[in-house]
Amino acid sequence: MFMRLACKSLLNRRGSVVLTVLALTVSLVVLLGVEHIRQQARDSFGNTVSGVDLIVGARTGSLNLLLYSVFHMGSPTNNISWDSYQKIAAGKHVAWAVPIALGDSYRGYRVMGSTPDYFTHFSFGGKRKLQFTSGKAFAEVLDVVLGSEVARKLNHKLGDQVVLAHGVASTSFSLHDDKPFNVVGILAPTGTPVDQTVHVSLQGIEAIHIDWQQGVKMPGNTVSTEQLAKMDLQPTNITAFMLGLNSKIATFRVQREINNYSREPLTAILPGVALSELWQMMATFEHTLRLISACILVSALLGLSAMLLASIREREHEIQLLRVIGAPPMFLFLLIELEALLISFAAIALGSSLLYMVLVVAGDLLASEFGLHISTNIGSESTAYIMLLMIFSTVIAAAIPSLKAYKNAQLK
Amino acid sequence: MAIHLQNVSFAYPKAPQKKVLDIQHWSVAPGEQVFIHGPSGGGKSTLLNLLSGILQADHGEVSVLGERLDQMSNRRRDRFRANHIGCVFQQFNLIPYLDAIDNIRLAAHFAATKQATLNQEMGELLSALGIAPSDRCKPTAQLSIGQQQRVAIARALINKPQLLIADEPSSSLDQHNRDAFITLLMSLVKEHEITLLFVSHDLSLSHHFGRVEALSDINTPDRMY
Repeated sequence: MFMRLACKSLLNRRGSVVLTVLALTVSLVVLLGVEHIRQQARDSFGNTVSGVDLIVGARTGSLNLLLYSVFHMGSPTNNISWDSYQKIAAGKHVAWAVPIALGDSYRGYRVMGSTPDYFTHFSFGGKRKLQFTSGKAFAEVLDVVLGSEVARKLNHKLGDQVVLAHGVASTSFSLHDDKPFNVVGILAPTGTPVDQTVHVSLQGIEAIHIDWQQGVKMPGNTVSTEQLAKMDLQPTNITAFMLGLNSKIATFRVQREINNYSREPLTAILPGVALSELWQMMATFEHTLRLISACILVSALLGLSAMLLASIREREHEIQLLRVIGAPPMFLFLLIELEALLISFAAIALGSSLLYMVLVVAGDLLASEFGLHISTNIGSESTAYIMLLMIFSTVIAAAIPSLKAYKNAQLK
Repeated sequence: MAIHLQNVSFAYPKAPQKKVLDIQHWSVAPGEQVFIHGPSGGGKSTLLNLLSGILQADHGEVSVLGERLDQMSNRRRDRFRANHIGCVFQQFNLIPYLDAIDNIRLAAHFAATKQATLNQEMGELLSALGIAPSDRCKPTAQLSIGQQQRVAIARALINKPQLLIADEPSSSLDQHNRDAFITLLMSLVKEHEITLLFVSHDLSLSHHFGRVEALSDINTPDRMY
């Protein structure tokens, strides 16, 4: 009867009730949406690299090394010698080592020179390996493997020829147009910077620079593809390298050894630690977003409170009547609270379905335009926490009108 | 005694110096039908609210159906009212967005004894009061005033009260409906042996009642000590 009375009373005032439900729904969608996307962004950010125990580069800050080696942003402070790489890779704790050479680009996308091992050892998002949607890893000097976004945006398919540019500017005038590369593989989307990367072999990087001096092409000094195959294209410098260790316990010892390496100033970082350090820098932005959405929720709850308070005034006779037929003041207090909770529950149901639909519809767009892979599963601990918080705040917000009803009931 | 008042005085908290009620001694025997008349603002509604336990006397003894209302806790007074007292007013007797059935059921909800035969009793009461089955499931706001007042009687009688308090229940009805309403009310009250306290300013109704009193004879707030 209690429930029935509350439902019918809400139905009787459906105009203002619907508006209040909508206000709460919108604020909940914003709050849940921000929280969900924030978490997803943090997850996919943290998933950028996994399975790599250490990243080694020239002596620099850990964030800088992470940014240029994993995110391919900014520029390396210095190169490291091939000898140092060889020495460290031969260490007894090292399971595998993958070198990285950066510095060239292809129509705005960074070119990364590496070895075919890269495709077997590099993982992202909880040890997921790189997958090929078509083709295979590079084998020849002038083979190239494109990240999914590069292939999609530039409309490349297997067998296409691409000309790399010297330097990392998106419009470069010094092209390696004498040595075009063949597309031999295209990677599956990962939601990480790999999607925006052009992968070639270290020998490929060497080959396109073989007839270059001081960063410019020397005219009349060209080498043909046939000659290239016979040449020793061992690089003398690389930008950085990734290490996988036999035992996680050795990580800190190996890191210390590399940082104290006497022949060359090197820095080794733990990618997970550096990633979370980097994310920490965005904490202010995160808090601001949360604060804004919390303010929206508070204003919607105040609206709910105002609506109920106005309804108490127009229901004075009703309250008096309920008293006459024996309803205790507590009944009236609880009745108003129940009405508020019903509104809140309706908003939660509506809000979560709305958010789910938005994610389903916008998911593809986000993935293709921004490389953001947002899961449609909004059921997480923090969502439940937000919903509980909303129910709790509803009870608080409805306390003012409920108390008013209680007081009205006590005295005519 | 169905009602017994002894040295009862009451003033509203907003004007504690101005006594609204001051009754030295007044009582009603069980089964009596009492008509009380007096001008507006004479304390009629205040008296009824004291008797139903919505208001509490400042001083004195308020006994209803042998129980001391002035000594009960708030919670017990609410329950006592739900179980033993029926009330019908001039207007706002029903929750407008609930239908007749739900209005009556709501009143039954607050009574202590849950009736297994509630639906049947409701049907009988509504039939006796001439509410057609098709009108029982409409929101009561859609019923005519006459119908609403009859549903209000059904609502007031559903918990089989021993005391029925009626505050100008017929004032919003026209002459014809008013007579039919009073006749119906009297027959139901007699049939169920209910004590009736009927308050109105309209003296032309007094011929229906066995005992007629002017409120000014009972209530003497201005008397000197």
